[in-house]
Amino acid sequence: MKRIKENAIVPSPFTFLLLFIVWLLLTNSYGLGNLLLALFLSIALPWLVRDIRSNTLRVAKPLKTPGYILMLLWDIIVSNVIVAQQVLGAKENLRPGFVAVPLDMREPLPITLLASTISLTPGTVSTEVSEDYSTLYVHALNVPDEQALIQQIKQRYETPLKEIFGC
Amino acid sequence: MLSYAAIFVSTLIGFSLLLNLWRFIKGPHMLDRIIALDTMYINAIALIILLGIFLETTLYYEGALLIAMLGFVSTSAVCKFILRGDIIE
Amino acid sequence: MIVELISSIFLIIGGVFLLVGSVGLFRLPDFYMRLHAPTKASTLGIGAILVASIIFFSFKEEGINIQEMLITLFIFLTAPITAHMLSKAALHVRLPTEPHTLNRDKVEQIRTRQAEPKD
Repeated sequence: MKRIKENAIVPSPFTFLLLFIVWLLLTNSYGLGNLLLALFLSIALPWLVRDIRSNTLRVAKPLKTPGYILMLLWDIIVSNVIVAQQVLGAKENLRPGFVAVPLDMREPLPITLLASTISLTPGTVSTEVSEDYSTLYVHALNVPDEQALIQQIKQRYETPLKEIFGC
Repeated sequence: MLSYAAIFVSTLIGFSLLLNLWRFIKGPHMLDRIIALDTMYINAIALIILLGIFLETTLYYEGALLIAMLGFVSTSAVCKFILRGDIIE
Repeated sequence: MIVELISSIFLIIGGVFLLVGSVGLFRLPDFYMRLHAPTKASTLGIGAILVASIIFFSFKEEGINIQEMLITLFIFLTAPITAHMLSKAALHVRLPTEPHTLNRDKVEQIRTRQAEPKD
């Protein structure tokens, strides 16, 4: 588990990259001057807000993130087709339910990412996390098998996130 | 051909906006109205992008971005109000 | 011509998904179920329409035009947050759930953010 170094010029490479790309996309010009401005802003803005940054985790294995994002995009497409079938099908066949997913992680950032992932994928929306971060409560549109859903969430999404953050 | 597709898709989106409006009027709870409004925001973004494709201009892109941001902020502000009974605490 | 065909296909996919999201909002029985349709279907719908826009403008004009990626990114980031805040507010005001909802008795436990007791 690695924490962000507060005093480094680029404390978090991901924030830096995100700001850099967002500035370039927003202005939609890719000349040298604009690149320099983007570089300046993406270093200066995190420095200006350094006081409200909590002591968050660093990404331990950055190379695993593109694979996770691609898997997430694929799952979003697949789950949307499933949700479309459920929405347009008979309402009586749906069995909605609240499911409690026990968590292995205790850090706020990976749990936030896991909750967002769950909200975007297979017929589930994360509703609430317990106060001690040990359980994530999920509402699912159709639960034929509660244990299978918990297993799927843990294996498919929690395990890669744990690897990425090394916790 | 693309203009025919754009007209067809804007019909679909207009129909979705009508469905959202029905949910907005019927409720039954305040939160149902908020979620209807949030979906209307998303449909409005789609309509603006479609208009941009139809008129072959990228001018409307900033408008769509603004609607996306305002939609998120207003939805979360009203949710906060329902949760706390107050926005500025 | 082929570009127009591809963008048209993406446009129609997007429009259909947006419609599915709104139909879900229209006909599903309780609030928690209605929450599913707009957060997922509408997000993918808008994504597909923006992909169509990117393809169309990139080939129409010189150079790539991926500005629309920003709206997609923004919506994909905010949709889960909106869904979470809406469901939190719904739990807070104790909106009714469907009678055949699984684990319906746990709503009060979820509302007060208690942990699931260990077996």
